[in-house]
Amino acid sequence: MENNVKLMQGNEACVEGAIAAGMRFYAGYPITPSTEIAELCAEKLPLVGGKFIQMEDEIASMAAIIGASLTGVKAMTATSGPGFSLKQENIGFAALTEVPCVIVNVQRGGPSTGLPTSPAQGDVMQARWGTHGDHPVIVLSPSSVEETYYVTVKAFNFAEKYRVPVIVLMDEVIGHMRERVKLPDLSELEVVDRVKPEPGKKDYYPYEVDSDDGVPPMASYGEGYRFHVTGLIHDKTGFPTRDPQITDRLIRRLINKIECNKYDIIEYKEESLDDAEIIVLSYGSTARSAQRAVRMAREEGIKAGWVQTVTIWPFPSEVVDKVCGKARTIIVPEMNLGQLVLEVERVAAGRLKIEKVNRVDGEMITPDEVLQKIKEVK
Amino acid sequence: MQHHLEKYFRMDKLPHIWCPGCGHGILMGAVVRAIDNLKLEQDKICVVSGIGCSSRAPGYMNFDTLHTTHGRALAFATGIKLAKPELKVIVVTGDGDCAAIGGNHLIHAARRNIDITTIVFNNNIYGMTSGQYSPMTPKGAYATTAPYGNVDRNFDLCKLAMAAGATYVARGTAYHTNQLIKFIEDALNHKGFSLVDAVSICPTYFGRKNKLGNAINMLKWQKDHAVSVSVAEKLPPEKLEGKFLIGKFHKSEEPEYVEEYDKIIKKAQEGRK
Repeated sequence: MENNVKLMQGNEACVEGAIAAGMRFYAGYPITPSTEIAELCAEKLPLVGGKFIQMEDEIASMAAIIGASLTGVKAMTATSGPGFSLKQENIGFAALTEVPCVIVNVQRGGPSTGLPTSPAQGDVMQARWGTHGDHPVIVLSPSSVEETYYVTVKAFNFAEKYRVPVIVLMDEVIGHMRERVKLPDLSELEVVDRVKPEPGKKDYYPYEVDSDDGVPPMASYGEGYRFHVTGLIHDKTGFPTRDPQITDRLIRRLINKIECNKYDIIEYKEESLDDAEIIVLSYGSTARSAQRAVRMAREEGIKAGWVQTVTIWPFPSEVVDKVCGKARTIIVPEMNLGQLVLEVERVAAGRLKIEKVNRVDGEMITPDEVLQKIKEVK
Repeated sequence: MQHHLEKYFRMDKLPHIWCPGCGHGILMGAVVRAIDNLKLEQDKICVVSGIGCSSRAPGYMNFDTLHTTHGRALAFATGIKLAKPELKVIVVTGDGDCAAIGGNHLIHAARRNIDITTIVFNNNIYGMTSGQYSPMTPKGAYATTAPYGNVDRNFDLCKLAMAAGATYVARGTAYHTNQLIKFIEDALNHKGFSLVDAVSICPTYFGRKNKLGNAINMLKWQKDHAVSVSVAEKLPPEKLEGKFLIGKFHKSEEPEYVEEYDKIIKKAQEGRK
């Protein structure tokens, strides 16, 4: 068992998790601070018979993983903010055509080229609303190297289960930090594969849903189903339609297949919530500083509690609901000027006080800064 | 349509949405005839397109088909081909789709020499958005966004593909249909990146804006202005003025991308660097 313990980076854990989840195709374009993910995929995928390709740009990388996934292969790309922006149109394509895939965004500082090797958490809203139109999305954000491994496995499982692009929203601290990781025994790891139509089904409709979860079975190219996939609004046959009713039903189904399954998707971690008067809610590497700050506050006799939202989208509303009756204040530290806090404000709806701790200078938020805020609001 | 070709079409999706007189039906017919002549396995063919008039073709064709985002057909196709090499991957794209927004993907697919056959339904204009100039609209021609004549110089797409590393390159026209079918057959048989610039006609926008008459006049224009590459070699330059070349421009044998990557897998698994 001990040889399953390794020292590795977040980016490395992401690749290990992806391969364990069955990823066999990676297309990407180099961008800091996600580069190690591409480099490791280039090295490791051929060893398991998988394929790596460095495409000509970020848009092409996103396109290539959708193409690969349509052949039945689990596929991933990784990037950072500027590349993530470029991928957005094709992420929308994957959402509408219900093609499973995983997009890793190791966030960096600033708009535009910004701060290439400095941490930030400024892509929370881009991850939710980056592509145009109403669309489903799942976004997961790990706070440690080990968690990155499991979050990446989960990302593939959700992608396959719900036929949706899943975003792993990391930050540079997690991507580049080295930590001790205990890898699981692969036989114990839950790996989900997409549901396929019954073999030889003659009247296969690629977007016909007959299950409660709202997810249609997915055939692969080359298996004789001869189905059509288009980014246009389509009916159950996969062909374009402008029928308002069918259009409405499709968009609502896409949203609902995530919304109705949110209790399966949502994961959060909590500590000392029971009697807490001040809650610190955070995600990614900032959640680590928040946790430390809460522990320091407890040592000083302050009734503080901690929440980490591992799932960012759909937003874990029930955790905010749960503390609203009991706590006085929620503090939301994040490395942006206030993005996830908007969701906290929405759910809290004036029921408790909300405070922010923000940094946009390319430096991470320290436990002391969070502790100082806890003391301020005490 | 010959009855035996019906199996290659989704008959319930026809008639198509192309304007009366459009050349794209002829080109789509040529692709299907080439597939039929070669007796390719229907279930192992994947047709991919981007956005535009040309890119509606896969919807009518009875294969695994993919209608992607604008300009990105070759990037999606690269993922399909690399992930499942046993598929014959055909990209149907337009001049705007392939040479403007998708220009980068075109040169890099050619550079990799990945085994994808690209058929450019080249009508020299953006048809779907009603007649704006494309990278293939000749300089001086009129378009809705070139009301005083097009100031841009146009690409020679075949030269571009060759320079980028495509290993089979030909140009045919909607008028010279039998020859075009032959080029598409050659392209499909070719191992590596192949491109056929299939010159179409767009009477509705290009033709009307440039006073070229109806579809028949435009096909006649093709007949009169297309010069075979072998004939052109013997003609003095002044005889070629205002003409355009058709024919097989290039064919070479180079290592194919997916096969080269398979060697990488073998090398990695044998523990060699």
